[in-house]
Amino acid sequence: MDYERIKEKLSILADAAKYDVSCSSSGSKRKNTSSGLGDSSGMGICHSYTEDGRCVSLLKILLTNHCIFDCAYCVTRKSNDIKRAAFKVQEVVDLTIHFYRRNYIEGLFLSSGIFKDADYTMERLIQVAKKLRLEENFNGYIHLKSIPGASDELMREAGLYADRLSVNIEIPTKSGLKLLAPDKKHEDFMKPMEKVKNEIIQYKQESKLIKSTPRYAPAGQSTQMIIGASGESDRDIMYSANFFYKKYNMKRVYYSGYVPVAEDPRLPALNSQVPLLRENRLYQTDWLLRFYGFDIRELLNEQNLNLDLEVDPKLSWALRNRHLFPVNINRVEKQLLLRIPGIGLKSVNKILQARKFRKLNWEHLKNIGIAMNRAKHFITCDSREFEVKEPSSEYLKNVILGTSSGKFRKDIGSQLSLF
Amino acid sequence: MEQQAILVYDGTMEGFLCCLFTAYEEKLKVVDINPPGAQAGQQLFTASREVITEPDKAKRVWTSLKKKASPAGLRDLKWTFLSEIPGMEMHMYSMIRYILAENVPVDRDFSHPAVLKVSQAAKKVGREKHRMEAFVRFRLTKDEVYFAAIEPDFNVLPLIKSHFKNRYADQKWIIYDLKRNFGIAYDLSAVQFITLDLDPAIGLSGAPEAYFHSSEIAFQKLWDQYFTSTNIKSRANQKLHVQHLPKRYWKYLTEKNL
Repeated sequence: MDYERIKEKLSILADAAKYDVSCSSSGSKRKNTSSGLGDSSGMGICHSYTEDGRCVSLLKILLTNHCIFDCAYCVTRKSNDIKRAAFKVQEVVDLTIHFYRRNYIEGLFLSSGIFKDADYTMERLIQVAKKLRLEENFNGYIHLKSIPGASDELMREAGLYADRLSVNIEIPTKSGLKLLAPDKKHEDFMKPMEKVKNEIIQYKQESKLIKSTPRYAPAGQSTQMIIGASGESDRDIMYSANFFYKKYNMKRVYYSGYVPVAEDPRLPALNSQVPLLRENRLYQTDWLLRFYGFDIRELLNEQNLNLDLEVDPKLSWALRNRHLFPVNINRVEKQLLLRIPGIGLKSVNKILQARKFRKLNWEHLKNIGIAMNRAKHFITCDSREFEVKEPSSEYLKNVILGTSSGKFRKDIGSQLSLF
Repeated sequence: MEQQAILVYDGTMEGFLCCLFTAYEEKLKVVDINPPGAQAGQQLFTASREVITEPDKAKRVWTSLKKKASPAGLRDLKWTFLSEIPGMEMHMYSMIRYILAENVPVDRDFSHPAVLKVSQAAKKVGREKHRMEAFVRFRLTKDEVYFAAIEPDFNVLPLIKSHFKNRYADQKWIIYDLKRNFGIAYDLSAVQFITLDLDPAIGLSGAPEAYFHSSEIAFQKLWDQYFTSTNIKSRANQKLHVQHLPKRYWKYLTEKNL
């Protein structure tokens, strides 16, 4: 192995792959039954964290950054003057195995620029996965990118070796896509998603009848949208996300704040800030949809095109729906507990368990670990004291902001003056 | 009136359970339970006494506990014990007494102070377990064994054993706890507890040539390159970085020590 050459390729092809934020390595059920290497039946593990605070779980690289497309938002686009490199199939296999054996990673996330055509590229990606599974007896996690426009045949084969497949829609609106990625067609993105969804359903049904049916992409599929590149609203983004969750049974939709990589009149300027806070609020909204029983129309609609950057989306919703509060923590059903600002999933479960034994008071709730500064305005419990008076929502918001701190606070500009 | 007592046990879970047995049998009012050598708060007029470990008695306590507690509650107790946090014994003791006294399962009653304390300690241990599964870095030795040395806050080796066995079934490996001076070793068939006389030169990271495979340092450098290249500078967030990757773990991490 020529370590120096590999190192150079790694620096180029990891650098080019880093804008894909998907990192999860959970959700697969691939057990190490063959006394081989690796097991991905448990929860995902983050083996390290980069200095931007993102987790490192998979070896995330491109097979090559040669690309025939010229999408404005992409660092690998044809017209960009950068160093190009390409891994050999065997090199990726070796790197994955050696890293995995040292407990650096949970597996491989392999994407690629599109060289020659979609099928040719997809074939190479599949070769890597196939080699890992069949020759190396590798049961770690493999995430492959579906190349838009790849044939159905190849998509079927990919799912037999990969745990997760994903195709990034990148631009949430059709008009944005036309503007920024003129070579790509909206349908090309949808086709592989549809195919993978159908294969997953079909394989699941077959495995009910025939036990030896191979698994097909057991960790499902995901996609990603770039935030803040094409002037879209939060509503546009989250309605698209909702569409992908419902229509294609996506496991995850990722939101990636646009990092300026090129001077282009269609895009934010090179020195503009990455919209980190906005990204964070979108993820919070995503969680509310998936785990907290919210409907997207409650959070974003005609009157609320964008999320409130100052407070989290649940608190923002609660401030708009004061007529539903306060609720009695010892009585309301789970659905409503989940909607109280400052109380998360784990606390909800703890409250449900604990209140079987006695009525909970402020002390109990504090010990359980709920965020009292927010929650106390929306609940009553086994105590005569409670916070809920009848201040206006605007006033209440300022009170809550005054009792908390956030590192983005300085960026938003203050509306904190109380009187 | 119940007799007050401070109990001293041998530091094992079995020994601890025997303290419960003794307390019930002799109707003691236990004011403290300590492992040997612990700085027991000397209390006037309270005798400190040693409890002899008898596996049968321990088993009887555990069996009656199993009838009244959920698997999650039992796990919390076991994990809390591994935390080795001074004073945890008394919280465990109160929790077990509470469980045994009630007719319905109460081990999930988080409004009870001892139950909450124990579940919180177990959570800490769970977090350390998970971190060790994440931050262990194997280094390939000259004799083709993947070796890692760690100094975990809590005694988590017994908890991470099966994770590593399932995952690395086709390679020999050793994970060694330098703090507690024992390790787990897998020889392609089973995992065993071992103690070694380790040369301090082996260290927590790096690849001194006397011990490690000639290719080891090359892979460490490749990994370090990957770690550097996958970072997005314009998103730098040192606070979040350190929150996820507390500094006390950096000593294990290849990418932080090259």
